[in-house]
Amino acid sequence: MFSMLFPAFESGVIYAIMALGVYLSFRILDFPDLTVDGSFVTGAGVASIMLVNGQSPVLATIAGMGAGFIAGCITGVLHTKGKINPLLSGILMMIALYSINLRIMNDRPNIPLLGQETLFSMFRSFWEGLGIDEALNSVFAGIGLDPTTWSIMALMILVTFTIKFFTDWFLRTEIGLALRATGDNKQMIRSFSADTNKLTVLGLGVSNAFVALSGALIAQYNSFADIGMGIGMIIIGLASVIIGEALFGIKTIMRTTLAVIGGAIIYRIVIGLALELGFKAGDLKLITAMLVVIALVLPKILEGQKERARKKRKRSEFEKTYALGPEKEGDNVASTKSNSQSL
Amino acid sequence: MLQLNQIHKVFNEGTLDEKIALSHINHALDPGDFVTVIGSNGAGKSTLMNVISGVLSPDVGEVVIEGKNVTNLPEHKRAAFIGRVFQNPLAGTAPSMTIEENMAMAYARNKKRGFRAGVTKKLKGFFKESLATLHLGLEDRLNAKVGMLSGGERQALSLLMATFTEPKILLLDEHTAALDPSRAELITTLTKDIVQQHQLTTLMVTHNMQQALDLGNRLIMMDKGQIILEVSGKEKEELTIEQLLQEFQRIRGSKMTSDRALLS
Repeated sequence: MFSMLFPAFESGVIYAIMALGVYLSFRILDFPDLTVDGSFVTGAGVASIMLVNGQSPVLATIAGMGAGFIAGCITGVLHTKGKINPLLSGILMMIALYSINLRIMNDRPNIPLLGQETLFSMFRSFWEGLGIDEALNSVFAGIGLDPTTWSIMALMILVTFTIKFFTDWFLRTEIGLALRATGDNKQMIRSFSADTNKLTVLGLGVSNAFVALSGALIAQYNSFADIGMGIGMIIIGLASVIIGEALFGIKTIMRTTLAVIGGAIIYRIVIGLALELGFKAGDLKLITAMLVVIALVLPKILEGQKERARKKRKRSEFEKTYALGPEKEGDNVASTKSNSQSL
Repeated sequence: MLQLNQIHKVFNEGTLDEKIALSHINHALDPGDFVTVIGSNGAGKSTLMNVISGVLSPDVGEVVIEGKNVTNLPEHKRAAFIGRVFQNPLAGTAPSMTIEENMAMAYARNKKRGFRAGVTKKLKGFFKESLATLHLGLEDRLNAKVGMLSGGERQALSLLMATFTEPKILLLDEHTAALDPSRAELITTLTKDIVQQHQLTTLMVTHNMQQALDLGNRLIMMDKGQIILEVSGKEKEELTIEQLLQEFQRIRGSKMTSDRALLS
């Protein structure tokens, strides 16, 4: 059980960065940005091609992130300067990025990274010198959890939480506040001398930088970059955001970013369980879509049930308090009617 | 302080719907002037506000603020000198953000935004002090989301946010029209106090003739994109609603068409 969950947890923490990017565009900017499907691959492609060409993993990862930033900015410019509808700007960029990503990947739909030095192999060699794996395994072996290395988990928690704390900090700066207001009330923040166009471009840039960073890390984690690895990524991000928000709450920004990370991990665990149950890899998109639908519809159904139960309770309370005879009740109705007429 | 030179604005030019919204408006506000603007529907009051704030750009003419020609300055840049309160009480604040965050954004109006913390301890103290002047108890709810406030509270907050950084020009666009009478009364009183306290140069559009007479040192009446009447000082103090309506009829040869103006 735990040994099955471990890799799901690991990849969940990596995908969490992508989910934080989707949170920035979708929730903070109120901009449903489909660029994500393309920029995820852009990050993976740039990082992979640089690794294959012998660049340092740190530099390759950062370059992937930078490419995502630029892609996001272009979507922002299409929307703000070109006055193209948000959804369409994202779709246009996503399609354009398919060709660009292929070019980046040297016209190869798949770049294997087996045997290449990656961020994870680099960190692992450092980590194994510390001897923490043995210590952790001796503790957790009792519950059947003894992965070959804890280094990926440790590194990813470090990176993901750095991104989380950066986001929390950024959204509380003067620029961050204006960015949030851009998604909340454009007219208002413009009247307080903020350039909502620039803020939208910046917000989408940062959002897609996160997405591309996540893509660069996933490529190194899976040891390949693939031109199709971004398909449906926006929905996965959305699923993570919605599941996280529903389960862990949205009281403050810090709480919500934590919830989004939690949502990304839970999503991966659900997918892991689905595979365990015998679903095929090709079924996962359908499962994801259904998960999002459930996460969107279920709270509303629960809300409706709660409201009906509340009304029923109120009604029975009312009937108890005003337990009047049938004639009197009739009088009451009549008097209310005449009241409303006189109004 | 504010000068409008030959402002002309036409909507839908060359079509059947062509409408001259502003016709060669010339007007000047001295520092500390509080001008109330009345007029029937479609007189061009809101268009005038939008031209001053930069939402619309005039076809001809220029807007000058403190000797600086701002006609070609985009809305968000002009906002450094202009405070605005809108008719819709929900328009002036960001609902999903807290009171202190909203105040912090308003505070940054005439400053360059950077990567400093938006809300600091020092600012919080200042925000509390400012909010206390509203007497609504908002100073104890700095961390409440603005979306939880009532319409009246939100409009009071909008008014405070638009004014506490002392803009060169304050534009009030029927900012009490969407509130119930007692809330409108509160906002009117607050407006009077705040404008007086900061000596703000103010332009206030209103449908409420009594309000237009009670507030400010000058009054202008607009019709069909023109300023048709201007009263100030002692003359304005002695003016009554009946006289205003008669005056309109005398100038235009027809009755004022705004039902809302007549009723209120």
